[in-house]
Amino acid sequence: MQNTSLWTRLVPIAIFLVIAGFFAYGLQRDPSKIPTELIDRPMPDFELPGLRKGEGVLTDENLLGETSLVNVFGSWCVACLQEHPTLMRLSETTNVNIIGVNWRDKRSDALVWLDKHGDPYSKIIYDATSELAIELGVTGAPETFVVDAQGRIRFKQVGPITEQVFTETLAPVLDAIAAEREPEA
Amino acid sequence: MLAEIGQIALMIALLLSFVQAWTGLHGAHIQDRRAISVASRSAIAQAILCVLAFGLLATAFVQSDFSLKLVTANSHTTKPMIYKFSGTWANHEGSMLLWVMIMALFGAAMVWMGKTLPAGLRSRALGVQGLVGAGFLAFLIFTSNPFERLPVVPNNGIGLNPLLQDPGLALHPPFLYLGYVGFSVAFSFAVAALIEGRVDAMWARWVRPWVLLAWSFLTIGIVLGSVWAYYELGWGGWWFWDPVENVSFMPWLAGTALLHSTLVAQTRGSFMRWTLLLAITTFSLSLVGTFIVRSGILTSVHAFAVDPERGKYLLWLLGVSTGGALLLYAIRSGRIAHGAPFRMASREAGLVLNNILLVVATATVFLGTAYPLIIDAMTGDKITVGPPYFEYTFAPIMSLLIIFMAVAPLMKWRTDTFARIGKVLAIIAVLGVMAALATAVFGKVFLGAIGVGLAVWLAAGTFASYAKKLRIGESKSEASNLLKRFALLPGAAHGFALAHLGMAVTTFGIVAMGVWSNENVDRIKLDETVSVSGYDFTLQNVSSSQGENFVAETGKIIISKGERVIGSLNPEQRIYPVEQNSTTEGAMDISATRILYAAKGEGTPEQGWVVRVYYHPFVIWIWIGAMMMAFGGFVSLADRRFGFVTKPKRVVIPDAVPAE
Repeated sequence: MQNTSLWTRLVPIAIFLVIAGFFAYGLQRDPSKIPTELIDRPMPDFELPGLRKGEGVLTDENLLGETSLVNVFGSWCVACLQEHPTLMRLSETTNVNIIGVNWRDKRSDALVWLDKHGDPYSKIIYDATSELAIELGVTGAPETFVVDAQGRIRFKQVGPITEQVFTETLAPVLDAIAAEREPEA
Repeated sequence: MLAEIGQIALMIALLLSFVQAWTGLHGAHIQDRRAISVASRSAIAQAILCVLAFGLLATAFVQSDFSLKLVTANSHTTKPMIYKFSGTWANHEGSMLLWVMIMALFGAAMVWMGKTLPAGLRSRALGVQGLVGAGFLAFLIFTSNPFERLPVVPNNGIGLNPLLQDPGLALHPPFLYLGYVGFSVAFSFAVAALIEGRVDAMWARWVRPWVLLAWSFLTIGIVLGSVWAYYELGWGGWWFWDPVENVSFMPWLAGTALLHSTLVAQTRGSFMRWTLLLAITTFSLSLVGTFIVRSGILTSVHAFAVDPERGKYLLWLLGVSTGGALLLYAIRSGRIAHGAPFRMASREAGLVLNNILLVVATATVFLGTAYPLIIDAMTGDKITVGPPYFEYTFAPIMSLLIIFMAVAPLMKWRTDTFARIGKVLAIIAVLGVMAALATAVFGKVFLGAIGVGLAVWLAAGTFASYAKKLRIGESKSEASNLLKRFALLPGAAHGFALAHLGMAVTTFGIVAMGVWSNENVDRIKLDETVSVSGYDFTLQNVSSSQGENFVAETGKIIISKGERVIGSLNPEQRIYPVEQNSTTEGAMDISATRILYAAKGEGTPEQGWVVRVYYHPFVIWIWIGAMMMAFGGFVSLADRRFGFVTKPKRVVIPDAVPAE
């Protein structure tokens, strides 16, 4: 080992500052904001198999006609388990339509997981290879998109839906969408 | 009233931590013994106050005091007592209080254990510990007050997610924090050494027990998390490369490097600067983990409420402590002398490789975890890094590490030759290759063969080193007092053998799970069979029983292998008529070499039932091996050279503070 110069000794703090810079950037960016290009844009086109037996092939057209929560989940995801009781309650006590995107999962694992913890989904898109997830800009699970009856993305929730998140964040969005439709009806 | 006492206790603790920082650092600078002893007393008083605050919060949880916002949000009267208690730290505020309490306890332990240290070094380390502690206490009091009251007291609480009510998960955070926070002691000693501009082998000897302690606790914490994830989440998954797991793994990897570099530092007086840098890095990675999890910067995975304000505060805390320490390193480390030279064939060289590989592994995990963030910052693209990235990059690095792990302990310090250990190397290589060949022939898997070969190579190498330390086979006359030599061998030698063997066991488990785990699913009627990896699962009968608010349909499944009946499993399906919903409770048969798992789904006698079966070979070995590593750490702690267990010889240190 040579005797190190001051410049060499500055390397660790330089690396740290770069990392801290990324962290500071990450804090500024509101992670729950969807990329502007996705706001009010239609769901990306997709054609993927359903997860459960007999679900056949699901496409973006399956999302039309009803406002739905499109929930990205996986049996490997701890936080998904955390939000699961809330999704179960929503499917049991409300008429919110919940569509699952089973992401980066093995079909059998996902089915056992749903067997074990309950299945709140009306349809489940099986996206093992991240085809849809990449189009949606998913960064991790769980993420949930509010998609209106015209198939447009209206909101994105990053992280688990707790009862609090639902009441304070998602319910107002759903109410607003419902209010838009009323004059038409 | 009790909550207010808790709050006041925390505020006094915050004041005391500033007193500790000032008297510790300034007192050492002006060499004022009274100031120095004030720092010690502050540290102890602070620990008492934090324990009091934590005890009061735990009492509120146990007594279901719903006038506290935190208790209402996280507890319920019908919760079992143990989860009422563990609910104390199963939330952001309570877990930060646990963190602060553990940090204060480590501070007090530094006073208690550090009586033989030079007063200046101990005082400065206490001062730094006080500063970091003040940062966390302020964070707790001003952004995450656990004692906040509700204006209206509700009748009952919201409750804790039932899935999180689990003994493994209840113990997971305390162990994890004992690890994370334990590394703060090494950090404080490193910064204190940089302020003094002097480190030597004695410094490393004082720091090493703290590193061992923190590392062992962190290992246990990670194992608990992995076991929980295995039985609760994924069938076959015992590690998911989830960012939350990764942030606990990074300090572990860096801590492992630190553990080994302090070994060189205390034995040979080399690697001093590098050890300082690693001590700073390891604790910083613990801070990074806390920041990532609590700030929601990678929100997808966090388990706590996101609050950007908290994130901002923690980033400042990270910036000041890590940034400050590294700046100090840049300015002061030039004074620190380089250690004794060593040859390419020596134990030092092996440990250099160990450190390089572990640091590369840490960087790999860091990159994979932060990559989505970095790419988003640079291009605005949203991307994900899946487990394949980690598997492809991590496995080769670990394989290289294992190769050197078997060789380095066989070598002498400073200078050695491969020729000297050639015979032993040849033997362990032959054993490794034989194991690999056997695996390739009988298991018909190429990657599995390499993995098994590596595990055997490492185990054989570790046995060889251990035997050499015990001087087995050196002379026949010595054979009789083997027990005596075993007892005389320093704790570190036993700890080394346990930990390295543990690594071999874990490696074997990982390889076996990766290569041979198997599963099958079929719809079967009564007396029909579904098979996996040679095990036949026969559905013998299905019976119904009435539960509290559900109907349970229990299947009796007989497992047999060939003609031999191995056992029976009773997987259950619960149907909740009100909610029109069903859940399944799988059943496991656990033995040393495999876990067999069966789950039964819906069905009727006419159509049959869906039955899923899993074969997980040697999965328990993964955790047993890791627990051996942790236990090895504790055994090393018992090394009398640290004076942790037996009373150390009093060394006369000129400027030592007289014991209070």
